[in-house]
Amino acid sequence: MKTIAKIFTAASFALISVSALAQEGQPWIHDPSTIMECDGKYYTFGTGGGGLISEDGWNWFGGAVRPGGGAAPDAIKIGDRYLIAYSATGGGLGGGHAGRVLTMWNKTLDPNSPDFGYTEAIEVAHSEIDEDCDAIDAGLFMDPNTGRLYCTYGTYFGFIRMVELDPKTGAKVEGTVDPNIAIDCEATTMIYRDGWYYLLGTHGTCCDGVNSTYNIVVGRSKNVTGPFLDNMGRDMVAGGGKMVIDGDDRQFGAGHFGRYIEDEGIEKMSFHWEADLDRSARSVLAIRPILWVNGWPVGGEAFKAGTYEISSVRRGYALELAVDFVRQNIARRGGWRMDPDEPIVVHPNQTLEEVIGTWPEGEIPARIGDWMNRPHQRWTLTVVPEAGGYLGGQYYKIQIEGTDKTLAATEDLDVTVAPAYDGSDAQLWRIEQAIDGTYRIMPKSTPGYVLSSVADSTPSLTKWDFNSDNCKWNFIAK
Amino acid sequence: MKHLFRTLILAAALVAAASFTADAKKKKADLVETYPALAPYFSTPVEEAVQPDELGFIRRWLLLEPISKPNRGNTVFVDSYIRKNLDTGWNKGEFTLPKDGDKETMMVEYQKPVDMTAGRPMWGVEPETEMKKVKLTWHALDSKLFNVKLYRYAVGTETGRYGLICRVVTVIDCPEDIENVRLAVGSNSASMWWIDGEEALIMSGDRRMVMDDAASKRITLKKGRHILTGAVINGPGMSDFCVRFIDENGNPVHNYNILNK
Repeated sequence: MKTIAKIFTAASFALISVSALAQEGQPWIHDPSTIMECDGKYYTFGTGGGGLISEDGWNWFGGAVRPGGGAAPDAIKIGDRYLIAYSATGGGLGGGHAGRVLTMWNKTLDPNSPDFGYTEAIEVAHSEIDEDCDAIDAGLFMDPNTGRLYCTYGTYFGFIRMVELDPKTGAKVEGTVDPNIAIDCEATTMIYRDGWYYLLGTHGTCCDGVNSTYNIVVGRSKNVTGPFLDNMGRDMVAGGGKMVIDGDDRQFGAGHFGRYIEDEGIEKMSFHWEADLDRSARSVLAIRPILWVNGWPVGGEAFKAGTYEISSVRRGYALELAVDFVRQNIARRGGWRMDPDEPIVVHPNQTLEEVIGTWPEGEIPARIGDWMNRPHQRWTLTVVPEAGGYLGGQYYKIQIEGTDKTLAATEDLDVTVAPAYDGSDAQLWRIEQAIDGTYRIMPKSTPGYVLSSVADSTPSLTKWDFNSDNCKWNFIAK
Repeated sequence: MKHLFRTLILAAALVAAASFTADAKKKKADLVETYPALAPYFSTPVEEAVQPDELGFIRRWLLLEPISKPNRGNTVFVDSYIRKNLDTGWNKGEFTLPKDGDKETMMVEYQKPVDMTAGRPMWGVEPETEMKKVKLTWHALDSKLFNVKLYRYAVGTETGRYGLICRVVTVIDCPEDIENVRLAVGSNSASMWWIDGEEALIMSGDRRMVMDDAASKRITLKKGRHILTGAVINGPGMSDFCVRFIDENGNPVHNYNILNK
């Protein structure tokens, strides 16, 4: 019985760990399209038809509707309509390669809306049965500089090509020739940032469960049609590509990149894991932060619960309880008075028990100060599963390690430390990694306002501003 | 004859003394002229009112002569220590705005002479202190720098060097309501600040003077005059502070006048 209890406890812990790292609900999907927001809900479509819907960006369930079957759709919002591209495959692995790329429109993605209804799909590209291109895996991209619409397509079987579409009709622009822009990728798509066009594609083995080596790579160009070169200067037509994300500890086979810009400086990417060991090795939807490092997109890490120093980017000071600093009674040892042969003594860190009696009861202000690894500076972040989530993450409570003292937003847009967790939105925090690798920390009670250093030593809430280090924090694991 | 001459001399001296006292009552001696060491850091206020400087720092202050408070170091300045030693007589109803030249009498802790035979204070020997009754004077000064150099003020006026509490006051006059601003302070070392007798900020610990080191909660400065008071404590080393108001974006607030009465 004891053993069973132990196993149950271990299993519970595993589930808790899983819940912090992967989308909840039934996020089963293969080849997810770029996530679209429509009337407050999130949508993604997958291979075989249909797709997933989420009300909060964390809990995902089936229910999205995409007719036509086929493979690897993509979506883009143009004006007040959604353009969906998908592929009718010629056979895939070991089969023929006569593929067709089709597009269709919908005014809404909500299948319960009276406005829901797809236009008739039209072909925009195709490949012959043994051509050096496999016309599937569409990726839609609108050039923000010109307003011209493109669709990339192709697989591991030859070239990746690009067809220009009419953004009003979704049809191929007549008279254009589809250039070859890469080779032997899958699930290509393009994004634009700071004067660069980026072509992302998936390399490696698809569709082999936990043994899939699928990984997402990128090249970039100053021109929309390429050449797309990687960090080593290799053209993607020659197989180049810099890694964006590959396998994780328990999930493998990252493929089918889609970019979602949440806010200035907060970007996320959707993709699938070919297999998640924690979920019956199913193919699942994944959402991770996008970091931009030296002009290249890099997959960020899923935030993990734990105990951290919360360090301000503004000054590098640490978030802390505003309590009396308690000195450690360890003798100062000036080097010039030290016996070199004296045995080394290892001193412990200050413990919570040593200081908690000096802390006042009730609410205590929050402050930012020199990091000394003292109990009033160590914050434990714990997932609150029942609080729901947001795109790619769950809400956390932030507490002084070993206590119930909980960081809380106040109604007058400030922060304090409450004596106990009460489950209110003011004590639930959204943790999102920004594109520069730092974090923004936002209370559920006041979306748009984030934990901020309004002075080196003073935390408060201010509107999110990616261009201000006041709004950014680092989590340093302890 | 001798007696008459002595009487005349005494009468003349009394007249001269009376005349001098009357003059002194009319006009306090110019502090910067009296203590030239202040000149690089302070000037005597001349205009009726001034505005914050380009970065929003308040340079016009009334400063009480330093209050002796011996400390071997600044690490003792935890929150409870600061409240105990600085939060005295500044709250609403306890404080009246002083004038240049006003005096305050108080009991002050002084450090007895330290044994320096080793060339420095003996290790592990806490200096002894004693209480003395003193009369301290308020002085109106403008800082020539964005930061008010309390160490230079104490040394320049020959009223102290280390182990001091400096109490400072200024008056700001707002032509209109100024909403959602914060009092932003840097101080060496710890300090406390009040606006119209309400606590606005406490800065504990061994601090260096850092622009915008700490800030108050959002406040609205209503149209009219407000008294801003502060107390800065320091052990050994340099002591100074800088104060300004900043808006929601951290930018300086300028649209008010600064007075010293």
